[in-house]
Amino acid sequence: MPELKAWHALHAGGVVVRDEAVQPETGGWRTGTVPRADLAKCVNCLLCWLHCPDSAVLLDGTTFIGFDERYCKGCEICAELCPTQAIEMVPE
Amino acid sequence: MTPRLLTGGEAFAHALRQVRPDVFPVYPITPQTPIIQTFASFVANGEVDTELVNVESEHSAMSAAIGSALAGARTATATSSQGMALMAEVVYIAAAMRAPLVMGVGNRALSGPINIHADHSDSMLVRDSGAIQLFAENAQEVYDLAVLAPRLAEHPEVLLPVFVCQDGFTITHSAEPVELLEDDVVREFVGEYEIPYPLLDVRRPTTQGPFAMPDYYFELRRQQEVAIEGSLDVLTKLGAELSTLTGRDYPAIEAYRLEDAERALVLMGSTAGTAKDAVDGLRDQGHRVGLLRIVCFRPFPSFHVFSALAHVPDVAVLDRAASPGGAAPLFAEVAAAMVGGPVELRSHVFGLGGRDLGVEALEEVLVGRVPQYLGVRS
Repeated sequence: MPELKAWHALHAGGVVVRDEAVQPETGGWRTGTVPRADLAKCVNCLLCWLHCPDSAVLLDGTTFIGFDERYCKGCEICAELCPTQAIEMVPE
Repeated sequence: MTPRLLTGGEAFAHALRQVRPDVFPVYPITPQTPIIQTFASFVANGEVDTELVNVESEHSAMSAAIGSALAGARTATATSSQGMALMAEVVYIAAAMRAPLVMGVGNRALSGPINIHADHSDSMLVRDSGAIQLFAENAQEVYDLAVLAPRLAEHPEVLLPVFVCQDGFTITHSAEPVELLEDDVVREFVGEYEIPYPLLDVRRPTTQGPFAMPDYYFELRRQQEVAIEGSLDVLTKLGAELSTLTGRDYPAIEAYRLEDAERALVLMGSTAGTAKDAVDGLRDQGHRVGLLRIVCFRPFPSFHVFSALAHVPDVAVLDRAASPGGAAPLFAEVAAAMVGGPVELRSHVFGLGGRDLGVEALEEVLVGRVPQYLGVRS
């Protein structure tokens, strides 16, 4: 738990500046399963990247390369969306 | 400089034309209409390149103004009465998000019964919102304060909405000689719009208006209080700077013939003009009377008020708004400022819904004994 700040140590209006903010790894909330991709089936449509609510789909340029499990909450949207069934949810 | 014949509404619009806000989201309501009507004609004629957004309500006007001001655009809007009531929810948010916008207020009675004329109940509705509220006496002061307001709002230690208030019809629709500064002088005075964390600065992403739980809400409210309290000094400094351009003064309070006064009035807005006539007339007859006009109602300059009134034995505070079941708002402020002092304070409510209060009635307050409610049939 970070130390609570006094009123004068806060930005006006409570603005939170990204680089000063705690960056919680929301993947810690994940329960159950985690996505695994079969790159042989992936057609690189990037629908998973577009829809991931936690920006946990990793790209190299514009090429799908996998998932960032530090942020994946296991919502399964990517697996549902994948038009080639290249993504499977597997137990951790 | 040749004065021009302008109403208070037009004077505010001319100040805006010279300030050139980037965005002006607004919804029309009497008696603010001459502000938006005049300014819309400036936009239509290409005299100013402001983005005038015709929103669907005052709630939207203030919401759009907040978004625009925090995005990084100099922003103004205007309202009156029921419009203020509809936007009240968002006025609190403007102050809490420290949105440095400027709003022209044509003060008008709140319904009901429905009424379109001057009183201060709309401003009092948002008394505790955290917005700065300045009350002009006439069209000239409306113009001057509208030129000053962006600087006050945008000062890095202030960052709060500033309302320039003018009595509906008495100022908004009455033509008076008004001296305008040159356009480039105003542009130079207001300078460029700058806020610490514009929302559209994608290189420095921010969260604006975050949720605050019991662990932070209190601190953020305290921060707002400190900002508005500190704005009084900023107002004084900016007033001195503007004074070098106009030759007129911009005090938070105006003490009029108070030096040796035995009785005094305290009030805000256009009635001060009538009150000065009453004071002058009574002074001519040998009565030692004076007037304290409050320009800056929020933040309330308690120390200034105490200093100005401490030697006056008998003070009548005239509110153009009532607080049913409680002390009238200006009286409550003055009483709080004078607490523990020897001054006898009287509370009077007058002029609700645009009812006139003439020189004679004000003279009665200064030299006679009058009921609390001035001018109401009983």
